[in-house]
Amino acid sequence: MSEIRLMKGNEAIGEAAILCGADAYYAYPITPQSEIVEYLTLQQPEKRTGMVVLQAESEVASINMVYGAAAGGKRSFTTSSSPGMSLMQEGLSYIAGAELPCVVVNVVRGGPGLGTIQPSQADYFQTVKGGGHGDYKLITLAPASVQEMADFVPLAFELAFKYRNPAMILTDGVIGQMMEKVQFPEQTPRLTDEEITEKYPWATFGRKGGRERNIITSLNLKSELQEQFNIKLQAKYREVEKNEVRYEKIQCDDAEYLFVAYGSSARTCQKTIELARAEGIKVGLLRPITLYPYPYKAIDDMTSQVKGILSVEMSAGQMVEDVRLAVNGKVKVEHYGRMGGMVSSPGEILEALKTKIIEG
Amino acid sequence: MAENIKLEDIIKEENKVFIKTPLLTDNELSYCPGCGHGVAHRITMEVIEEMGIMEDTIGIAPVGCSVLAYEFMNIDMQQAAHGRAPAVATGLKRVYPNKYVFTYQGDGDLAAIGTAETIHACNRGENITIIFINNGIYGMTGGQMAPTTLPGMKTSTSPYGRTQELAGHPLKMTEIVATLPGVRFVARHAVDTPARVRKAKKAIRKAFENQNDNKGVSFIEIVSNCNSGWKMTPRKSNEWMVENMFPYYPLGVLKDE
Ligand SMILES: Cc1ncc(C[n+]2csc(CCOP(=O)(O)OP(=O)(O)O)c2C)c(N)n1
Ligand code: SF4
Repeated sequence: MSEIRLMKGNEAIGEAAILCGADAYYAYPITPQSEIVEYLTLQQPEKRTGMVVLQAESEVASINMVYGAAAGGKRSFTTSSSPGMSLMQEGLSYIAGAELPCVVVNVVRGGPGLGTIQPSQADYFQTVKGGGHGDYKLITLAPASVQEMADFVPLAFELAFKYRNPAMILTDGVIGQMMEKVQFPEQTPRLTDEEITEKYPWATFGRKGGRERNIITSLNLKSELQEQFNIKLQAKYREVEKNEVRYEKIQCDDAEYLFVAYGSSARTCQKTIELARAEGIKVGLLRPITLYPYPYKAIDDMTSQVKGILSVEMSAGQMVEDVRLAVNGKVKVEHYGRMGGMVSSPGEILEALKTKIIEG
Repeated sequence: MAENIKLEDIIKEENKVFIKTPLLTDNELSYCPGCGHGVAHRITMEVIEEMGIMEDTIGIAPVGCSVLAYEFMNIDMQQAAHGRAPAVATGLKRVYPNKYVFTYQGDGDLAAIGTAETIHACNRGENITIIFINNGIYGMTGGQMAPTTLPGMKTSTSPYGRTQELAGHPLKMTEIVATLPGVRFVARHAVDTPARVRKAKKAIRKAFENQNDNKGVSFIEIVSNCNSGWKMTPRKSNEWMVENMFPYYPLGVLKDE
C-alpha cells in the first residue's frame, strides 16, 4: 500500500486504473466526470505504464473504441455521466452480446434530458434494468467513498474478465467531486501480449501460430442459435447472482427500522442514523454495494426484524422497486429522495422516516 | 475415351489457373450472385495472404450485407455496430500498434450512420486501412436510399427517384476524407472487369503496406453494384454502374502521400 493521499473521487478512478494495469482509456468530457479525462491526460500514463489515453469524438465512439480493445483481450474502460451514458447504450448492448470484458464508470447527474450537472441517482433503471436493447446485465458496483472509487476499479476489471461481461461503476457527482483520504495498492504491471494470448484464447489479435480464427460478434441469424446463446448468457447471470452479491450492514443488530441506500445516499443515511439514535429511534442501514446482482436475500432477511424500510435514493424512486421485490409485502416499504440534482439532508431523511414509516 | 477421364486427371498442378486463397473459408457466400462484395473479399484476403500477415491482421466487419464477412474471411475478425467500425478499429489499433487493422464497410455504414466515426478516425490519422464498398443503396435491408444514391435513382424509400429537394446530394465521402491531413492514401476503384480488379487489388495492397510506417489512414473506395437492390441482372447492373456511377464517382487515385 502506498502513502495516504487526499484526492477527488474522479481522480481516484483515474489513478486506480493506471495502477491496476489498465491498457486503454477512451472517453469524452462531460460534467461531473471530466476530472477523470483531465487527470488521465495530465498523468500521461502512456509514459508510466504504456496505457493508452484517447479523447474520443463522442461517447458513441468511446464505447466502441472500448469494444475494439476489449475484443483484443485488453483491459479497456471509459467514463461518462448520464447524457453520455445514454449514447453508450447501443455499444454496451453489443459488448454484452459479444461477451466482452470492460469497465464503464457513470458519474450520474440529474436528468432527464440535459437536466443538471448536480448529483443524482436517477440512472438506476438504465443501469440495472437494461438501458440498451436485449436481455443483458451489467455487473454494477456502487462506491460510497473515494477509497471505494479506487478499490472498485480493479474489482470491476476482475469481475469483467471473470465473467466476460461489462462491469459498471455507478457513482454520482457527490462521490466523484468530493475529496477524501485514499490509499492505493502498488503498481500491477500491464499484461504482455504473450500473457494475453495465454489467458484469453478467445481474443482477436491475429491468428497467432496459425490457430483457428477467432470471431467476436453478437450476431446470430438463426433464432435457434440465438436462443441457445441467450440461455447461456442467462446461466452466466445466475452464476453472477450466486457468487457476487455484495452489501454492507451498518447498525442493523438492534434495528427496528431500516434504511436501504447506496452510494452518496448511504453516506447521508449514516449521518441520519446518528440523529435518529440520539432521539432513541433504532434504525440501521443496509447498503447494497452491488446493484446488480442485488442483495434481495439480505434485505428479505431483515423483514423478520424491522417494522418498516425506507429506501433513500436521489431519484423519484427507482431502487425502491427492488426493495419491494425483496420484501414482497412483508413490511412497509417507502421511498424518500430529492430529484434534479438536489441532495437530501440527514434532517430531511429523518423526517421522512418518521412520517412515512414510523407514524405512517 | 471421354468417359474414362477423371476429375483428378484434369486438376493437375500444371493445369491450375486459379487457386482460392486459404484466407477465404469454404462457407457458402451469403451474397447475391453477381454482387461485387465477393470479389472485394477475395482480393482483400489475397493481399493478406501474399503479404504473409495473416497472423497479425484483424478485420472489422460492419452492419450491412457484409456483416457476415467474418464467416468468409479466414482471419481474426470483430463485428462492429452499424457505422462504428472506425471507432472499433481505433480502439484495437491503439492497443496493438504493430498489428494490421482494417474495416470493411458499406456506404450506409460508412457514409450515413457512421459519418462521425469515419471522419474522426480519418482526422486523427489512425494507422488503419478502410475499405469502403459504395453501391449507392442499402443492400441488406432491401434496397433503401443511401446517402450515396444517385439523383433520380429509384429505391424502395425513393420510389419516385431521389430528389435533391428532399434528400440532398449524393455524398462523396472519399473526396471529403481526401482533404484531411490524417489520411495519406485515397483511391477509388471498381471490381467489374479483370483489369479493374487488378488495379483495386494493387491499391488494397498498398493500403495495407502503408500501415508499416504509421502515416495515417489509407482509404479505398470500391464503387460496386447491388444487382438485387438495383433490380437488374448482374450484367445490366455492371453496365449501369459504368454509365451512371462512374461519372459521379470517378475512379482513380485521389491522394498518395
Ligand atoms: C442502429 C441500426 N440502424 C439500422 C440498422 C438496419 N440496417 C442494417 S444494414 C443497413 C444498411 C446497410 O447498407 P450499406 O452500409 O450500404 O451496406 P450494403 O448492405 O449495401 O452492403 C441498415 C440501415 C441497424 N442494423 N442498426
Ligand atoms: S443485396 Fe446487393 S449488396 Fe447485398 S449481396 Fe445482394 S447484390 Fe450484394
